[in-house]
Amino acid sequence: MRHCLVRELRPQDLPSAADALLSALGEHSSAHGRMQFAYACRGDHDGLEVRYVLSQGAGQPYALWRSRPQGHALPSLADKLPLLGWYEREISDLYGIRFDGHPEPNALVLHEGLAPEAPPLAGVDRAGAPRRAEALPPVVPKVIGPDIQRLPFGPVRADIVESAQFLFFYIGEGILHYHPRLFYKHRGMEARFEGVDLRTGSILAERVSGIDSVAHALAYAHAVEAALGWRAPPRARYLRMILAELERLYNHLHYLGHLSKTTTLKVGEAQGLWLEEQVKQVNARLTGSRFLRGLITPGGLRRDLDVGKLDAWLDVFARDIDEYLQRLETTRSHLDRLMTTGVLPRQVAFDQGATGPIERASDLDRDLRRDHPYANYGKMRFAVPVEVTGDAHARSQVRMVEIREALAIIRQTLGRIQPGPVMRQEVLESADPSGEGLGWAEAVRGGLLYAVHLDASSQKLQRVKIKDPSFSNWRVFPFTVQDSNMMDYAINEASFGLSVAGADR
Amino acid sequence: MPIWTWFGLRAGRGTTPWPRAPGPDGQEGVLGLPRLDVTRCVGEPGSCTDCAAACPSGAIRVEHGRPQLDYARCVGCQVCTEVCPREAFATSEDWAFGVRDKRDLRADGSPRDTTPASSPGGDAAQEAELAAQIKSFGRSLHIRHVDAGSCNGCESELQALLNPFYNLHRLGIFFTPSPRFADLLLVTGPVTEAMREPLLRTWEAMPQPRWVMALGTCATGGGTNGGGYACYQGLDGIVPVDLWLPGCPPNPAAIIEALLVLLRRRPQRVHGGRHAS
Repeated sequence: MRHCLVRELRPQDLPSAADALLSALGEHSSAHGRMQFAYACRGDHDGLEVRYVLSQGAGQPYALWRSRPQGHALPSLADKLPLLGWYEREISDLYGIRFDGHPEPNALVLHEGLAPEAPPLAGVDRAGAPRRAEALPPVVPKVIGPDIQRLPFGPVRADIVESAQFLFFYIGEGILHYHPRLFYKHRGMEARFEGVDLRTGSILAERVSGIDSVAHALAYAHAVEAALGWRAPPRARYLRMILAELERLYNHLHYLGHLSKTTTLKVGEAQGLWLEEQVKQVNARLTGSRFLRGLITPGGLRRDLDVGKLDAWLDVFARDIDEYLQRLETTRSHLDRLMTTGVLPRQVAFDQGATGPIERASDLDRDLRRDHPYANYGKMRFAVPVEVTGDAHARSQVRMVEIREALAIIRQTLGRIQPGPVMRQEVLESADPSGEGLGWAEAVRGGLLYAVHLDASSQKLQRVKIKDPSFSNWRVFPFTVQDSNMMDYAINEASFGLSVAGADR
Repeated sequence: MPIWTWFGLRAGRGTTPWPRAPGPDGQEGVLGLPRLDVTRCVGEPGSCTDCAAACPSGAIRVEHGRPQLDYARCVGCQVCTEVCPREAFATSEDWAFGVRDKRDLRADGSPRDTTPASSPGGDAAQEAELAAQIKSFGRSLHIRHVDAGSCNGCESELQALLNPFYNLHRLGIFFTPSPRFADLLLVTGPVTEAMREPLLRTWEAMPQPRWVMALGTCATGGGTNGGGYACYQGLDGIVPVDLWLPGCPPNPAAIIEALLVLLRRRPQRVHGGRHAS
């Protein structure tokens, strides 16, 4: 796979490889060098194969472990590398591969009772319809004791929110155990990519998580370009950065508006959402889409953009944004509710796979734009905010700085961009012989990676694996809820800024 | 310590007077769903199927050698406008696609007036019944939203309805947490198997008369995301639908227009697959 150092491992060698990875990290877990994700695919030899993708630190190529299950089984690595726990369960649900010794060998993406007779992605044929069945309750630990209350909340909840079910076990205000049941929205998006052409792939990528449309299309395009040896022309790379930072801008403003709602700061909510709306209207004037869709595709952009007025459009509310941030930073009632709420310790953030603003708020200094530069981020000057307290305040602080930096990156880009073509679909460096590429983007919510396998001659996609940052951060989130209290829950959840569609796919 | 109320008052009124009075609808530059002009599709019938082959959601079919467009499945990706060698498909700013009868979303692209599936007036008996129902609601509407597997794009635009610019409450339309208080079930997403049961139970919990609106192309026809091992193709065959609004996602003004069409406070703009200007 292009952009990866490949290593073949026999199943029995996986645990020792995981041990070696851990000992290489030493006493102080670094933000760099970490298992990223695992996925299954068809191997060279008829059967299935499981792949583990690892980052090896800033500026280093990624590493790829390949292993062929024996008797449909592999040893589980979840007890050594906990962030793999969910990936292994997903592979079990969809491909029927067993992970021996898994600490929580339960269903994940296909709810208990809803799994089809045969694992849906194990065979060559794709099942055309869901299995109509009755879902069973999720497997949760037994919480026994006097006065313990059990509150299942969702999947249809109050307000305009995404579907997910949250199970609380609590006494009075204190939460003893919290279990988020996700994947009500699992649509099987990865399977939707199989067999389609490259352009259709980018339309699909934009529709995995609507509020991350740019990042998904970008990571997908990078992966395809890596596999085919393409490189987008300079103007397209600058425009891609403008799109990505506009996406960060409207999302982070929405985040602050929503966070203000949970701290009952009504005017703060209204102003955050009003600023978000203004950015979305700029998006529409610039691209024809409030979600910046319909542009990014492998090789560059589908059409050129006129960015001549963008600077002036941003000027209309840039000062309002600055004043808004200053006001939030000096509002005691708001800060009181954020500080010490939902603390995520650094080690837990690292072990469980936190990414993006969440890991940066817990003292893990990592940002794909700086550490594995893509587009033209290598030429930009921007700060990557890092906080050490790991609480809701730190998480909002990181996003506030990122809002200012996003505006700064857009202005720098506008100063450098030159006229030129925006599409180049030609082989500049040799194509990957197996037609595989890894692509990434620092999405609003963290590191987003696409692993793409394609048939280079027909240019049709064979397997697309999406590692979405919300999948990573939803796994981390419950660690900040256990032992906290009901009053803080809504604030804590808002401070994570999670997407369910991205996690569920 | 900032005095938020003061800053709020100083910021003044952000709400648009639209749609009650002339004013910006906030959708300057937004591309809508493409227009089909089949008279431009000349040449041997069936000799060119570029549009149908390129459409990622199966919205375009070539029948009798000519393309037909089903807006219920159209995600507005604009690919057909790029691949058509004769510009039979063109970009547009048509986005007010809320219709009562799904057949009104099918365009055969003929320039002459087609017989609309529902005439602007509609069937008289049905019309009288609906008018009576609306009267029982007054002019207010309470909505229960259910996400049945969306990409969160539709939710983002629904949430936008409550921001100061659109300020939906001023039109007497509210979101309510409980289905018991709801007049309208508003569904997004292609309906996943895991959400089918919760969706039905929400619908059953609503008092009658009740309405259902399919919002977004996933809900109206599956779009790019429907089908496969985990998903259905929208609300067809799952719950009866009173209003269909395709769009990926429909923008906030399109949602407001559709809600007002439902309440008979605004005329339906699309008939026989043609969007009135």
